[in-house]
Amino acid sequence: MSRNLHSTLLYSAALVALLLAGLMLPQWLLFLLTMAASHGVVGLGLIVMMRGGVVSFGQGLVFAIGGYVAGLAATRYGVTDAVVLVLLGSAAAAIAGAIAGPLLARYRSIFFAMLTLALSMVLYGILVKSSAVGGSDGFNVPRPSLLGFSINETNSDYAFFALSSVIATVLTLLVTIYCRSSRGLLSLAIRDNELRVEYLGTSVRAAMAINFIIAAALGGAGGALTVISLGHIDPNFSYWTRSGEFVFMAILAGHASAPAVFLASLLLELVRSFSNKYFPDTWQLALGLFLLLIILFLPKGVGSLWAKPERLPRQAAEKAKQAAARNATEAAE
Amino acid sequence: MTQYVLEAENLGKTFGALVAAENVSLQVAAGQRVCLIGSNGAGKTTFVNMVTGYIKPSSGSIKLDGQEITGLGPRQIAQRGVCRSFQIPQLCLELTAAENILVALTVARRGALSFWRGAYDADLCDEAIALLERFGLAGHAERPVSELPGGVRKLLDIAMALCRDPRLILLDEPTSGVSVDEKFGMMDTVLRAMDGSDLTTLFVEHDMDIVSAYANRVVAFYSGRIIADGAPAEVLVDPEVKRYVTGNAK
Repeated sequence: MSRNLHSTLLYSAALVALLLAGLMLPQWLLFLLTMAASHGVVGLGLIVMMRGGVVSFGQGLVFAIGGYVAGLAATRYGVTDAVVLVLLGSAAAAIAGAIAGPLLARYRSIFFAMLTLALSMVLYGILVKSSAVGGSDGFNVPRPSLLGFSINETNSDYAFFALSSVIATVLTLLVTIYCRSSRGLLSLAIRDNELRVEYLGTSVRAAMAINFIIAAALGGAGGALTVISLGHIDPNFSYWTRSGEFVFMAILAGHASAPAVFLASLLLELVRSFSNKYFPDTWQLALGLFLLLIILFLPKGVGSLWAKPERLPRQAAEKAKQAAARNATEAAE
Repeated sequence: MTQYVLEAENLGKTFGALVAAENVSLQVAAGQRVCLIGSNGAGKTTFVNMVTGYIKPSSGSIKLDGQEITGLGPRQIAQRGVCRSFQIPQLCLELTAAENILVALTVARRGALSFWRGAYDADLCDEAIALLERFGLAGHAERPVSELPGGVRKLLDIAMALCRDPRLILLDEPTSGVSVDEKFGMMDTVLRAMDGSDLTTLFVEHDMDIVSAYANRVVAFYSGRIIADGAPAEVLVDPEVKRYVTGNAK
């Protein structure tokens, strides 16, 4: 069985189990899981970028673009279907990524991080001053329908949970396949040695720009999902603390496993919720200590607990062993 | 009329007041194995860097198979069939030896890289293992490069450069950092791995025993200029070469 087919079956089974479990979960936990899934989708994009060796400190930019486009499509243009809203949000963020990506792909490390942060804060400034989109208060978004079915007060929590779970699972599968593809391996090579990759005859900048666009599309989808579930959007979607949370989540997850980002996202939501309840004035301190512990004891993130590095397929590994034996015989002669 | 693979005409490179290369002209015919010699700072690596697009020449032109490549970047030049290895091997340290070759093969065989086709495609894996075997590296296939010794890294660096089936390969000090005992074995391995191709080779070397044994043409550099060019037997006894390069003028 191919690795991708194996992942498809595994993720599908996990999704079914999650959807069934959702029927028995309390409302507050359903909402928490919905937020974790929506934000985790944004974190997936960060993982794609981290594999290429860069971290965006401004993922709030595409998160807000996705959210605002979905919100505006629902309020101004009467788009009522949640799936269409997510697609619109994702597409708009991908377009923004396609504009900014080629420029940002020239930069690395702190310069890349700061430029992305600056862009998100520019958007924040614009949104705060734009009365047409509600200024600093933002605006409310009506509850959408889902594939022709209306969502009401009683079933909305489960409907949004199911929507975000399905979309998150599909996107996680796609990101997993991407990470295993030749482009995915190229990203790891770029992180290790850009000069060598350029000398092999392929464009490092193009690869980095593509990763940025993919991350933007995922960020936009996460923003749209969040807006649909919350029913409200405001400029804080683009604020630097929001971007910081995504970075926190990505560091917590590591880039070894795409699904790890959802565990990280859930952990973040849980730590935030409970710290906020029991230590209302110092919950950021608890969050910081939690991150510190993860960095100390799991420097490659929680995903490293179960993700194994990719290896040669069994048949190829066997051929390598036979070739090594021939090499050893030649050397002995 | 001889068809040259590489034609460098009056190449010059200055870094501020420093003249790194001056009026360097060199034609290399197909299949030649040319060794560039010279003391440190003589301009050998500057020449290699100009040919492979790492630095742009201040003056002059470079042609590959009659086509102008002056001023192109490393990527475009590699796509036209000029590949290189480095004095300090440029490898992806966290990837395994096989993955390094797979990356190189994937770029060479699938120019527009796939978003869904697996990196560990059976055909590419077979090709990667065959290449590693040619270099005697099959036993290291699944080891991360960070764990490999220097000599193995050198060979892997050269193997990566060969993945594109280049017209011209430039090896920057392929035996540097390798023990005296291993140098000849290493050159034998490299040349055996390239056997059967009409690959034109330029290599930079400091060990004159290696130069005599493996080059069929030697080009001596001094102070950014070519001071001698010819068969090893002629160049290595040239008085200027003895004085400025080999250091045994007496």
